[in-house]
Amino acid sequence: MGTVLVTSGPGATNTITGIATAFTDSIPMVVISAQVATDKIGEDAFQETDMVGVSRPVVKHSFLIKDPSEIPKTIKQAFYIASTGRPGPVVVDIPKDFTDPAQKFEYSYPDKVKLRSYTPATRGHAGQIKKAVQQLLAAKRPVIYAGGGVIQGNASHLLTELAQRVNYPVTNTLMGLGCYPASDRQFLGMLGMHGTFEANTAMHHADVILAVGARFDDRVTNTPSKFCPSAKIIHIDIDPASISKTITADIPIVGSVDSVLSEMLTLLKESEEMPDGVALADWWKQIDEWRERHGLYTEPRYPTDGDMIMPEDAIKVLHEVTGGEAYVTSDVGQHQMFAAQYYLFDKPRRWINSGGLGTMGFGVPAAMGVQMANRDAVVACVTGEGSVQMCIQELSTCKQYNLPIKIICLNNQALGMVKQWQDMNYGGRHSSSTYEDSLPDFVALTESYGHVGIKVKKHEDLESAMKECFALKDKLVFLDVDVDPNEHVYPMLEAGMSMEDMHLSKDIKTW
Amino acid sequence: MKRTVALLMENQPGALSRVVGLFSQRGYNIESLIVAATEDPTLSRLTMTTSGDQKVIEQITKQLNKLIDVVKVLDLGESDYVERELLLVKFLHGSINTEVIKALNGEIIFENNELLNIQFVGTSEELDQVLKDLESSNPLEIVRTGASGISSNLKTLTI
Repeated sequence: MGTVLVTSGPGATNTITGIATAFTDSIPMVVISAQVATDKIGEDAFQETDMVGVSRPVVKHSFLIKDPSEIPKTIKQAFYIASTGRPGPVVVDIPKDFTDPAQKFEYSYPDKVKLRSYTPATRGHAGQIKKAVQQLLAAKRPVIYAGGGVIQGNASHLLTELAQRVNYPVTNTLMGLGCYPASDRQFLGMLGMHGTFEANTAMHHADVILAVGARFDDRVTNTPSKFCPSAKIIHIDIDPASISKTITADIPIVGSVDSVLSEMLTLLKESEEMPDGVALADWWKQIDEWRERHGLYTEPRYPTDGDMIMPEDAIKVLHEVTGGEAYVTSDVGQHQMFAAQYYLFDKPRRWINSGGLGTMGFGVPAAMGVQMANRDAVVACVTGEGSVQMCIQELSTCKQYNLPIKIICLNNQALGMVKQWQDMNYGGRHSSSTYEDSLPDFVALTESYGHVGIKVKKHEDLESAMKECFALKDKLVFLDVDVDPNEHVYPMLEAGMSMEDMHLSKDIKTW
Repeated sequence: MKRTVALLMENQPGALSRVVGLFSQRGYNIESLIVAATEDPTLSRLTMTTSGDQKVIEQITKQLNKLIDVVKVLDLGESDYVERELLLVKFLHGSINTEVIKALNGEIIFENNELLNIQFVGTSEELDQVLKDLESSNPLEIVRTGASGISSNLKTLTI
């Protein structure tokens, strides 16, 4: 679990964006922040901030320690709250005088945590689970829509087993990528704003949707009133507040995804009923036809003959060179969407990104954390020249802790996603979104930190540069890839319309 | 639609700010709020009136339940309940006659040569009407506590 230790005041407030990022994506984390000494609290002391107050809207819970004897119990509670139920960040604010080495305090660490007001759901309601299985078996056009909760709940294997048992198509949210193997035929790709044509279209036409550990985020539903008009919705989530928040569930099941999915599997195995084979065959025929028509991997989506490197190709080559086995972190923007679309994640916990909050600057520190926890792993941070500069100083920390992460920078000399929206919705006025001549020389910059920098400009050099980058196993390498500055991310849902209404390219749309 | 929600929460600093913060953060209204410690000194009881359709009220109770400091939530409007609010009004002596006060079920709780303090108890709607009726007597100052409520069946908000 992520644990953060910071000083009071600015140290504490600097964690707020990270805390909010973890909060939105339900990531367990404990932040231990220092506070000024108890006799100074409230006096506007040096480096004093009301950390419990400042962090309140973005934490699962927070504690201000009032007495040193509370520290062990509170730390135990903090880790318990952060990691159970719907996980999230917890802040523990500890006044400085309680850590004074001259002071000695009694220490007792509790065996168990007991909180009368916190009892996270575990097993789902048996009757609801039974109803869900019946609904699922009666489906003619089913889609399984699985999110980050499946990964957080360590239920990827159960989801995969269930989906393969009934042969139903699976789509993943941005946070759920890897919970179902992306290279499997049953996988439709990501859904939502930049989801695949086949995933979004299948959702729109589905008659039963099994939503697992996903929260019907606005980047998925597009327009709630036009969302999946003919679908019965089964929604499994550990957080009761996530159910029927934006989209009303027909069969809500509150419980941990692993327990609910294994109960569903048991019922499916015991059941004498089978899915409707004829209807399912028709449904797959339709999906395959959609996939063939506009799939990311079937339809040529951009010219491949020029010198210019297309960002999609950079991700495809990254996938090839790393054998699909890398831990991939990303920043936020076009490169993030290209990575989500084109790096096929076959395993859970291989894709680490800021999904809900969209925090630029996330990629490099996340890669460092992954590398720190998995010393021998291949860790790639897919970023852009905009995002990477949010936390570029961490190149120094990487040197200090010898973290040989690989930074793959898709350099389009612009905040590409902003620019894309300006192109599409603001008449092409590129206000404050391009860098013109203000970018640093990333190769020189990286080398000044004592790492290796490689620049690649031409398509023909991409693969060899990528290979060179990953061959330098013990070095941090910054691969600065010049990509087509005018490329947009597609498909893209059209605001105010349904999930089947997409831009497929600059000229083609589905409505 | 007006709704009254009651909850028990840990009686400690910060708990109230989490409840109030939730309302502003998620864009829910608080029309009135009343809070005090209970017979169990580790717990406070809070009653608030809010407005929203059924879906909003359901979200509010779910989100309140998620707060670690909140022990139990009861949407009073789900079943029969009674509510009472206290209204205190100050008048210059002579500006209101005692017949009017009596007719409105008011009680004089302080009186000197200069002024009168009068209390009224009733549902929030009843007190709205009382205030309208008092308008012509030119009250100097008006204080309302906000409504408190209790269910009028065996469903109790206790732990």
